[in-house]
Amino acid sequence: MSFLDYFIDALFLQAGYNSALVAIGAGLLGLAGGGAGAFIFLRKRALVSDAISHATLPGVGIAFILMVAFGGDGRWLPGLIIGSAVSSAIGLLLVEWITRQTRLTEDAAIGAVLSVFFGLGIVLLTIIQTMSSGRQAGLESFLLGSTAGMLISEATTIACAGALAAGFVFILRRPMTLVAFDPEYAATTGINVRYVDLAMMGLALIVTVIGLKIVGLILIVALLIIPSVTARFWTNQVGLMIGIAAVIGGLSGYVGAALSAAAASLPTGPIIVLVAFGFFVISALFSPLRGGLASAMRHWRFQRRVHRRQGLLALARREPIYDGLTLRILRHSGMIRRDGVATLRGRIASQKAARDEARWAMARRILSDDSAVERYDGLTPIEDMMTPDQIDEIDRVILDQNGAPA
Amino acid sequence: MDDLITALGAEFVQLSLTPIVIGILAAVACALPGNFLLLRRQALIGDAISHVVLPGIVGAFLVTGAIDAFPMMIGAGCAAIVAVILIEIIKRLGRVEPGAAMGLVFTTLFAVGVLFLEITDTSSVHIDVQHALLGNLESLIWFDADGWQSLLDPAALATLPPQLPRLALVLLGIVLFIALFWKELKISTFDAAFADAIGIHTRLLGFALVVATAIAAVAAFDAVGSIIVIAMFVCPPAAARLMTNQLSRQISWSVAFAVISAILGYVFAGYGPGWFGSPYAVSAAGMIATISGLILLLTCMFGPQRKRIGQGAEA
Repeated sequence: MSFLDYFIDALFLQAGYNSALVAIGAGLLGLAGGGAGAFIFLRKRALVSDAISHATLPGVGIAFILMVAFGGDGRWLPGLIIGSAVSSAIGLLLVEWITRQTRLTEDAAIGAVLSVFFGLGIVLLTIIQTMSSGRQAGLESFLLGSTAGMLISEATTIACAGALAAGFVFILRRPMTLVAFDPEYAATTGINVRYVDLAMMGLALIVTVIGLKIVGLILIVALLIIPSVTARFWTNQVGLMIGIAAVIGGLSGYVGAALSAAAASLPTGPIIVLVAFGFFVISALFSPLRGGLASAMRHWRFQRRVHRRQGLLALARREPIYDGLTLRILRHSGMIRRDGVATLRGRIASQKAARDEARWAMARRILSDDSAVERYDGLTPIEDMMTPDQIDEIDRVILDQNGAPA
Repeated sequence: MDDLITALGAEFVQLSLTPIVIGILAAVACALPGNFLLLRRQALIGDAISHVVLPGIVGAFLVTGAIDAFPMMIGAGCAAIVAVILIEIIKRLGRVEPGAAMGLVFTTLFAVGVLFLEITDTSSVHIDVQHALLGNLESLIWFDADGWQSLLDPAALATLPPQLPRLALVLLGIVLFIALFWKELKISTFDAAFADAIGIHTRLLGFALVVATAIAAVAAFDAVGSIIVIAMFVCPPAAARLMTNQLSRQISWSVAFAVISAILGYVFAGYGPGWFGSPYAVSAAGMIATISGLILLLTCMFGPQRKRIGQGAEA
């Protein structure tokens, strides 16, 4: 069976019960990550989640050591998840404490907590490697994630926790939106901003600890950041943005897990991240709202309008035109002939442009406080911005001053 | 006392001297630019760059097909520059906050690096994800040394681990950069608008600082791994920031903290488990990061300048 067949099978959950569970679990994880990440992104604290995720490592190590010390299986996933949750919560509180109690800024606190906890975790991992039961611990798979050889009980744990986190996002969406946009206002309505902030980060923490097994702690932060940055390209509405982020996160998790099920040697985390990045690139290029292509088109159309308008004005004033782009645009729209002489259409259009310009000039003088005048951009026909009565008024003033109609 | 003498004897020179020196050089080379990054609120640039070093090194390996320090440094430097440009583009295009743009770029590039490592056949050479993440300070031993007198023996000196002279060179470059542009760096760090007004190219200088950071990250990466480099960028300068209000003193403090972290970290990692009866050493790089974190924690609690101006002692 080729890679593609296998991938399609995995995509439609036909590649075995286990990989189906993993794909569903990764999808739910992405859903929760995208949703929770959207709030953190709007609160402009995206990288706090990076500190949270790196801070899980010592917890994983300590949980393993404790479970072995009490005679259990050190790799029992719920135990490792609880351990990682505790240590990343300590990391999160330390970031808060350092930012509040000292003069250090949040980014320094994030960098310090992230790297020190990770370093401590590595020390613990080297200790575990020397333990007799630790040699095959495979805790390194938590760094980059791995779904190969995942137990069904583990996949179920992840799927349940993913659904739980998604539910929490849904319940807390209103206070979190308020705090993300206007913390001061939120405080006046009686919301405890600090608790909501902690809840927001707590959600990131849940996503992180359940994502450890699939995505790994170094890259899990991508599942919180990339979907929301991507969603931001498609909408300016917060509710919609959170929905889109959740869907993109879910799709990334699902497709990424299916891809890595088809190629078992590849680590799952990087694949999920790259799928999410693929969604980002598509959005950044093709979104009609802010995408690169749409912006380029808008710029190009604007440029054309400016050149056309200036060209017509030059025709009306009988000034020579030298600019190549202007000449091309005028020629293409049939305003001038190949030798640069204005056609009949061109003369009519240029007179209309000149009249429009004169009306605008007068409007700026006599109606300087009119809101339409404030939005004058040198391109919009005055008929689009003012009523016929106003234009008649302007024409009358022009007539009075020049003695002839413009 | 006898213990100490044997501890500092020939075996020490062979096994521990070079890792300690390399650790110190790496820590100081990172802490120096880290001071400016910290004050410019760019501490996480170090985070981003150290993640991005991995795809750069893998890319250089894929292009040249060999593990060679020089192309890898160039590859990592290129990756760092690509990352900075990408972050800038995404910030502008998506109008998102710098943290999110950074997080997006470095996770993606890191993922690319890991994937390349996994799908290409790098099994024949000494490059793997573990090594890239964790470094291997302990393995940088000086085989040909047979005591302190080797320090004067050119033949033995020629077999020093190549990381040592490389890091020394990088450190020298960074010291020169900071010394030459001291005034400009200082002014543009504290008052960018004023620096612009008196004709300092603040953007160029900022870019040069990022490049210096990238070079330090690449050189130190080899020894201590990509994540722990971040600790070297952030912790000693952050701790120093809580000790003094003067830039030159802050830098001296940060160098002192970096040196202490490197020495204590290596000693605890190598000899510490022995004090608890364990024959195995633990990760030196991880221990260095842990010690630097402990120093930061102490300064957070007792540092004389730990409060913001206007913040009371019990605020």
